Amino acid sequence: MSRELFTFKGGVHPSGHKEASNTRPIHPAPLPKTLVIPLRQHIGNPAKPRVSVGERVLKGQMIAAASGAISTAVHASSSGVVTAIDEQPVPHISGLADLCITIKTDGRDEWIPHAPLDYQTMTAADLRLRLRDMGLAGLGGAVFPSAVKLDPGTAQTCPTLIINGGECEPWITCDDVLMRSHADEILQGTAIMRHLLGSSEILIGIEDNKPEALDAMRAAAAKLDFAVEVIAVPACYPGGGAKQMIETLTGKQVPSGKLSTDIGIQVFNVGTAHALARAVHHGEPLISRLVTVTGHVLRPQNFEVLIGTPMHLLITLAGDREGMSGVLMGGPMMGMPMPDLEVPVIKATNCILVKSDALFPPLPRALPCIRCTRCADACPAELQPQELFRFAKAGDFGRAQEYHLFDCIECGCCSYVCPSHIPLVDFYRYAKSEIWAHEKDKQAADLARERHEFRLFRQEREKAEKAEKLAAKAQAKRAELTATPAASGAATPTEADAKKALIAAALARAQAKKAEAAPQNTDNLSPDTQHEIAEIEARRAKILELARQPLESEEKT
Amino acid sequence: MLTAILVIVGIGIVIGLTLGWSAIRFKVEGNPLAEKIDAILPQTQCGQCGFPGCRPYAEAIAKGEADINQCPPGGDEGVKKLADLLGVEPKSLDESHGTPKPKSVAFIDEQTCIGCTLCIQACPVDAIAGAAKQMHTIIAAECTGCELCLPPCPVDCITMVPIAEDLPHWKWKHPVIELKRVA
Repeated sequence: MSRELFTFKGGVHPSGHKEASNTRPIHPAPLPKTLVIPLRQHIGNPAKPRVSVGERVLKGQMIAAASGAISTAVHASSSGVVTAIDEQPVPHISGLADLCITIKTDGRDEWIPHAPLDYQTMTAADLRLRLRDMGLAGLGGAVFPSAVKLDPGTAQTCPTLIINGGECEPWITCDDVLMRSHADEILQGTAIMRHLLGSSEILIGIEDNKPEALDAMRAAAAKLDFAVEVIAVPACYPGGGAKQMIETLTGKQVPSGKLSTDIGIQVFNVGTAHALARAVHHGEPLISRLVTVTGHVLRPQNFEVLIGTPMHLLITLAGDREGMSGVLMGGPMMGMPMPDLEVPVIKATNCILVKSDALFPPLPRALPCIRCTRCADACPAELQPQELFRFAKAGDFGRAQEYHLFDCIECGCCSYVCPSHIPLVDFYRYAKSEIWAHEKDKQAADLARERHEFRLFRQEREKAEKAEKLAAKAQAKRAELTATPAASGAATPTEADAKKALIAAALARAQAKKAEAAPQNTDNLSPDTQHEIAEIEARRAKILELARQPLESEEKT
Repeated sequence: MLTAILVIVGIGIVIGLTLGWSAIRFKVEGNPLAEKIDAILPQTQCGQCGFPGCRPYAEAIAKGEADINQCPPGGDEGVKKLADLLGVEPKSLDESHGTPKPKSVAFIDEQTCIGCTLCIQACPVDAIAGAAKQMHTIIAAECTGCELCLPPCPVDCITMVPIAEDLPHWKWKHPVIELKRVA
């Protein structure tokens, strides 16, 4: 190839161990008795369950729908009955449980009716919506919903499309064997991506330690009716990282805090392109993926695994051995230790790496940082790892951010070269999650402040409204009363008169109410008795009159 | 001599007028220090500091009428931040105002709730939905965990539920570096 290649700064050359698993053909893993399918397998909002416990589901049936803009659907990997929708352990370093749908398989593996999509006649928005409902997400590791990445946005087109077959991490070979055996389908997927993104330049970057994959892809690319450049890039970890692949192939760097689409480049993993071709040309949602099972096992190889298959089943299948010291999901550089082997394979599981003390000797105790800056030489993101470590350790997260902590891709080159064996990446992950937590707390505090201030404002407003209402009522009453004497031709009443009239009216109202409410127990008596009562009342009135008179005379004197 | 005095007096008058004018022209509304203090406070609005909300407490600190260690939800970290801002020595939290508790949200037992609206009136952030003789419920996302709804409830149907750690809220722990043991 005549294409000029560029080199990114840093990187390391760990031994590949790829030949352990890439010589055996792809083996379909058997159907497990139960499938545990997590609803949070991708970046963004978790999918929302669409089935209920006890319901029979078919292979490829959507069991949870995408929720929100950045999300994707989840499907039943085989036919069976939903036995639980609850929290189950998921492949996460914390060992915490998350919402999963458990399916008891019936062994019939019965497909839901599905048909290919005629993507060329569909509108782009419709097609993306269908892909979202097919559960497509990036299979390279980040599991970002593909439908979102396939939207060129306001730019209308994305000139450069890169298909990433780098697979730089040691031990992992799932992309390698996929390219060897399914090159045609990968390129069919690429054609769909090109259609959606309107790309004019299509590059496929494959590390030169995979000559068989390169040959297979070149042969498949030669058959296409559009130009695809298959390029061998020098093997160097982390050359398969999206940003590093972009720099190697185009010489462009993605600016800090920006996306590759901002410089007109979109990158997809070969596995994603293959899944896209299966979805569009066969109508099959993303229910299985290739998983490399390697390390301390008898027969390291790649399996075609249904999403939701427990990991221990695959390790048994590959031949488990004595002396297992732990299991990583992913490779040795970026992989996550699994707290439990019952956890299911998810869309992000590219590799199950079984560790032993012979293959991965435990790291010696960490020593203090001697500021040798070997990490800075190795860092492919051109950061200053030793400074980031200092700030993260001291809890000075503001300074860490000033040193572009968020440009760190957590590739692990710094930890790999560190002569003091400091788990540097763990410190960066710790600092990042603390910063995110602070950010969340701050948002919650801002919301609380806003709501509290609004409540105070509301209370003031209600008080004012009440006072206004009362004033208006009093005003209306006054107007009514002043209107009556005016009509009867009296002199214009003064403010005091109005007040007096108001009080008199209120008194009259109160008396009327009292009279109405006072019990009248004399109604049902005979006329004689009533007459007697009337006489007594008259006497009483007379006495009252008499009792008042001397007082009045006294007042007069 | 006279000229010199006149010149100095003249300069004095001009500068005085300029200062007087700019004091009116560039007057800062509100208290910027109180704003900064308020930004550090956790906005729980719980009143444990002895003031009716975070803002009044921030203003009291700005005026020097309150100490910086009266906010239990802010914890020692909050005290440290306030000390940094005000340039004073950080001190330990004043226990008489309460002790920090794990983050919680209120939870209404809907079977017991009689719909009296007393908690709705007490909630400083309007995080309780409901109406008279209608069952009430907490809007968990907006609850600050201030516990102000607990005392007014006549049937004690509100409990504080600590927020459990789940995947979206999980944080990486500070890595532990084992030190080399010296015999």
